[in-house]
Amino acid sequence: MHTDPTRPRNEIVRREDFSDVTYLLEVRHPMLARAARAGQFVIVMPHEHGERIPLTIADFDRERGTVTLVIQAVGKTTREMQQTCKVGTVLHALVGPMGIPSHIGTARKVMCVGGGLGVAPVFPQARAYKESGAYVIGILGFRNRDLVFWEDKFRACCDELILCTDDGSAGIKGLVTEGMKQAMAKHPDIDECVAIGPPVMMKGCAEATRAAGIKTVVSLNPVMVDGTGMCGGCRVKIGEIVKFACVDGPDFDGHLVDFDDLMFRLQRFKATEREAAERFNESCRMRNIEAAPTTEGATG
Amino acid sequence: MAAKKKTIRTIPQERTPAREQDPVVRARNFAEVTHGYRVEDALLEADRCLMCPDQPCVRGCPVNIDIPVFIRKITEKNFHGAYDTITATNLLPAVCGRVCPQENQCEGVCTVGDSLEPVAIGRLERWVGDMAIAEGWSNVPYIEPSGYRVGIVGSGPAGMACAADMAKAGCDVTVFEAFHEAGGVLKYGIPEFRLPNSVVDAEIAKLVQLGIKFECNTLVGRLFSIEQMIEEMGFHAVFIGTGAGYPSFMGIPGESLNGVLSANELLTRCNLMHAREFPSYDTPLPPGRRVAVIGAGNTAMDALRVCLRLGSERVSCVYRRSRKEAPARAEEIHHAEQEGIEFHWLTSPVEVLDDGNRGVRGLRCVRMELGEPDASGRRRPIPVEGSEFDIEADMVVYAIGTNANPIIGQTSRLKLNSRGYIDTDESLATSIAGVYAGGDIVTGAATVIQAMGAGRRAAASMRAWLGLRDTDSVYRDVRDDPARKLFGIELDEHDFALVRAPAGASTTPAATP
Repeated sequence: MHTDPTRPRNEIVRREDFSDVTYLLEVRHPMLARAARAGQFVIVMPHEHGERIPLTIADFDRERGTVTLVIQAVGKTTREMQQTCKVGTVLHALVGPMGIPSHIGTARKVMCVGGGLGVAPVFPQARAYKESGAYVIGILGFRNRDLVFWEDKFRACCDELILCTDDGSAGIKGLVTEGMKQAMAKHPDIDECVAIGPPVMMKGCAEATRAAGIKTVVSLNPVMVDGTGMCGGCRVKIGEIVKFACVDGPDFDGHLVDFDDLMFRLQRFKATEREAAERFNESCRMRNIEAAPTTEGATG
Repeated sequence: MAAKKKTIRTIPQERTPAREQDPVVRARNFAEVTHGYRVEDALLEADRCLMCPDQPCVRGCPVNIDIPVFIRKITEKNFHGAYDTITATNLLPAVCGRVCPQENQCEGVCTVGDSLEPVAIGRLERWVGDMAIAEGWSNVPYIEPSGYRVGIVGSGPAGMACAADMAKAGCDVTVFEAFHEAGGVLKYGIPEFRLPNSVVDAEIAKLVQLGIKFECNTLVGRLFSIEQMIEEMGFHAVFIGTGAGYPSFMGIPGESLNGVLSANELLTRCNLMHAREFPSYDTPLPPGRRVAVIGAGNTAMDALRVCLRLGSERVSCVYRRSRKEAPARAEEIHHAEQEGIEFHWLTSPVEVLDDGNRGVRGLRCVRMELGEPDASGRRRPIPVEGSEFDIEADMVVYAIGTNANPIIGQTSRLKLNSRGYIDTDESLATSIAGVYAGGDIVTGAATVIQAMGAGRRAAASMRAWLGLRDTDSVYRDVRDDPARKLFGIELDEHDFALVRAPAGASTTPAATP
C-alpha cells in the first residue's frame, strides 16, 4: 500500500468546491478503498452529535487508499460539513462500503445517465462498464454551465458524452431525457441504462426507456439510519414487493420502482429538516459566518 | 458446627421490594425505572435463599451462574467474592440483572417460589454488578497468550460473551461492530430507562481490560468477508453474532405512509442517536401525538414507553392475542400499564389510514378471538367478522419481530437455513471450518442472556477446535477442586445431611462424616 499508515483513517486529504453548493471530499480509508465497488455507498457521521447520512461513493483509489464523496449542501448536516470539512480534519465515522455492488454484466452498449447530485456516483459505473469492454455513452445533466464538473473524467471513460443544461449554456438545452432521446435515436442497439440522480429525474429516465424495453437500473437513496438492514427506514416499493434499499439495493430495476412512493417518503422529516436548517443559518449568522446560499429542493 | 438450617418458615417471607420511580413522574423522563437494592435490601433478600441442594436456579440460568454460591457470599458480606462467582460465568452482571427474563429462568424454578415469591435473583445480580462498577472492581486473570487470533463479528451480547471467553483463553481478540459504538442491541435497542448506556459502557470497559479490541464502523461482509478474515487477515477462528435485526412489516395497506416505522428505527434514533436530545444532537424523531405500537414483546414495551417519554399524549399497544400470550416480560407489561399505556388485546391491524397528506391518521383494526392452539402451542387468534374499528394515531410503530440480516449470507458461502439464518451444528460450528455463529442470527430473535449463552457455547467449541486445553480453569467451579473436598463431599455444602448421593449410588442420603 502506498498510504502512510501513520495518518488517521477518515482524514480528509483533498477537497474541491465545484460550486456554491457542491463540494468534493477525498477521505483516507485504505480498507474501504480496497473493498469499494461501483454502486455502493457509505454512511458518514461528521461529528459525535451528528446524524448518520448515506452518501454514494463517487470514486475510489486503491493506490492512494482513498474514497471520494461528492456532496450537495442541501440540509443541515451537509451544509455544516461544507463549513467544517477541511483538508486535515477527520470524520467522526465513515462506514461501508454498503449495499450490493452494481451488476456490471455483459452489456455491449450502455447509457450512463447522471443528473445533479447523481453525476458523481454514476462515474464508477461508467468506468466499470468501460473496463468490461462496453461502449459507454455518458449523459450528464446540470442546471447551467457553472455547475458542470468532472467533464474530463467522464470523457476519459466514455465513448460519447452528452452534456445537458437546463439553460443550454453548455451542451444541449434540456433535461437528461433529451440527451437520452438523442442517444437512443442514434444507437438503436443500446442494451442497458444506468440512471442516478434526484428521484424525479430517475423516474423520467425509466419512462424514457420503458417503451424500448431497455433494462434501466436506478440507484435509490432514501432516508436511512444504520445502512445495514436494521431500521427499515429505507424501505422502497419495487413492483408489489417492499425492499430495503440499504441491503437489497441500492440498485433496482427502474421500470419497477414506485417513484411516487419514494418521493413522498423522502418528505418524511421535511419539517424537522427545515427547522434544523433554519437554526443552523441562525447560528451561522450569530457566529458572523456567511450562511451558505439557499438550497435546491432535491433529495432527502 | 453446622449452620442453622433454614426452612421455608424461617426465611423472610416477603420478597424485598425494589424501589421504583413513581409511574406518573417516570413516564416523562428517561431515568431508570427501577432503583437498585441498597445494602440492607440485598442482605435481607439474600437471606431468603434456602441454599437448597437441588439448585434448580443454576440449571434455569442459560449460562449456569452458580447462584447459591454468589448469594451465600452476599450473606457473608463477601461482596467481591459474590462478584467473582458471577463473573466466572457471566461477564455482564449489571446488564443481565436488569434485562434477563428471570421469571422464566432462574427465578421461575426457584424452590422458594414453590410456596412464596421466589428469591429476587435478578435484583441481587444487578446489585452485585452495580457495586462492581461503582467500586471499580474487575477480574483480570493472569492470561497466558495462546498465540491465536480470534475475530468476533458483532459487539452485542453474543459477541461480547464469546470475546470474553476467548480472551481469557489467551487469544488475541478483535470485535468488529458496524455502528459507531459498541454494544449492539444493548446500546441501540434497550432504552436508557431500562438499561443505561453508562452501564453498558462500564461493562465494555471491563472487556477492554481483558485485552479485547473493539473496531467500530466496520461492516463485516462488505468491508471484508468472513472468508477473508480466515484466509487473509490471519484470524484462526471467527465467531458471528450479528443478531437478527431486519424488521418485519405486515404487508397491510398504508405501511409506506410517513409516520409508520419499525421499533428498531424508533429505538435506534432515540437510544443510539440521541434523537430525544434533538436539536443538540442532529438525528430527528418528531414524536407522534398519538402512537399505536403493534406487537406485545419486550421491544414493543420499550417502544411504547419511549414514545410516552418523548412526549406523546396517548400511546396504545395493539396485540392480536390476549395479555396471557404476550411475549413481553410480565414486569415490562406491568410497568407499561402503570405508566398509562392503553392496551388493545385481541386486536389486529388491517390497514394504516392515510390523512390525505401521506401521513397517518389512524389504524384500522379488527377484534380477534382465540381458537385452537397452533404449532407454537398458543391459541390461534381468529378475526371476529364485522368488528372493525379505528384507533386514532399519527404514528404507527411495528414491533412484530425481525428476520435474519442478509449481509453475511450475501457476502460469504456460509450455509444458511431456509429462513436465512446461519446453519450450525450442535457445537455452533458453521459450514466453514473455524467459523462459529450464535445468538439471534442462528436462532431468530431471543433474549440477551440466551445470546450470551450461545456466545459462550461457541467459545467452548472454538477452544476445542483450536486445541486450547486446560483453559477452562478460569471458569472451573471451585467445588471441582479436590482440595476443597472432604471424602468427596464439597466443603462448601452447609448442610451435609442434604448432600445427594451421586447418581447410581445408594438412594439413602449421605451420612454426616
